[in-house]
Amino acid sequence: MKKSCSIFLIAAAALITATSCKKDNTTAPAATVYYMGGDQMARPAINTVFVDAAAKDSFNNALPTQMSGLFLAKFKARLAALNPGYTTNALGQTADQLAGLLVTDVLNVSTTGTTTFFDGTNVLTGRALADDVIDVELILLFGGPDGKSNPGLTSDHVGANDKAFLSAFPYLASPW
Amino acid sequence: MKKTKILVAAAIAIVIGGGILWAADHIDAPAVTGQATDITDVYAFKGANASSRVFVINTQGLLSPAATSTAKFDAGTLIQLNIDNNNDNVEDLVIQAIYDGTNMKFYGPAKPAATGLKSQLEGAVTASVAVTPYTAAVPVTATGTNGMQVFAGPRDDPFFFDLNQFKKIIAGTASSFNNPGTDAFAGTNVLSVVMEVPVSLLNASGGKINVWATTKKKI
Repeated sequence: MKKSCSIFLIAAAALITATSCKKDNTTAPAATVYYMGGDQMARPAINTVFVDAAAKDSFNNALPTQMSGLFLAKFKARLAALNPGYTTNALGQTADQLAGLLVTDVLNVSTTGTTTFFDGTNVLTGRALADDVIDVELILLFGGPDGKSNPGLTSDHVGANDKAFLSAFPYLASPW
Repeated sequence: MKKTKILVAAAIAIVIGGGILWAADHIDAPAVTGQATDITDVYAFKGANASSRVFVINTQGLLSPAATSTAKFDAGTLIQLNIDNNNDNVEDLVIQAIYDGTNMKFYGPAKPAATGLKSQLEGAVTASVAVTPYTAAVPVTATGTNGMQVFAGPRDDPFFFDLNQFKKIIAGTASSFNNPGTDAFAGTNVLSVVMEVPVSLLNASGGKINVWATTKKKI
């Protein structure tokens, strides 16, 4: 024991950590660093369009499981205000169904098939870089059952990015 | 015409009640606007490898080239991809990225010690990559111990939208979009974190997952 203590003291001197032989194996655990607050996002433009300014920060700090309970009524009211003539959309959704889908702001992603926000066939299976998500959302909000209502409001006529994407990782184009 | 007027009036009411509308998520968070925690967009797609999925979290939007040259990630900001793999909208796995002043360090995919608003770094670093300098001709990438490919650095903002015409419509000074429109995000950059993750690490049930991005500040 004494010998090991001496050996330990030499080691301790080198390490400048331990202060006694009896505590040779104890070091105070590093305090856990925590992170919280900030921003949150999944589907494009949901918070920006559907949540009023006063509530944006609280939406960003709502857990996805809480969003429907806290914000569904607001989403329904906002949809009704945006498009008073809303009946159904190109997906056949009523206003309540669309609001109910959008209020839980998570991005659904297929791990086996096509990944797209909407490609005419697949709906909400991801978000690819080239997806024209704004037109999709405008059509669902304003386009009516056949997507053709309010034609001036269903496309911003910007259909592609200003730089070509890369075919290999990291896919996004170099900065300007 | 009458319908349009109603729409515009409703939109104006929204603007008065809700401030200027931005998109996609650029400047949507009054508490973090202009900070490293401001997320602009999230992407999730199949890349070059069919058995992986690519996740992109973009931050600090609308950077001019001059602003990009000095833009930096923040060492006190945790950038986190939350992954729900059983469709209950609770994160079962997280992938975390945090800047150490030189490199972007990645943790996970790992089951978080606790779900919800408060996070801690989970387990050991699984990947690390030098942040690509603004002037680099080629992006710096790395592959982690778990096969996850990673990138961090400035990129062209992939988002496109005629935001200014949209604002005019909302303000009642225009009744429709222009054809062609004008991309308000043309010529601007973001600070990107890109991860290409083997699907085998995601434990998806039914061939799908739900994801969302969060940024959290050190407390």
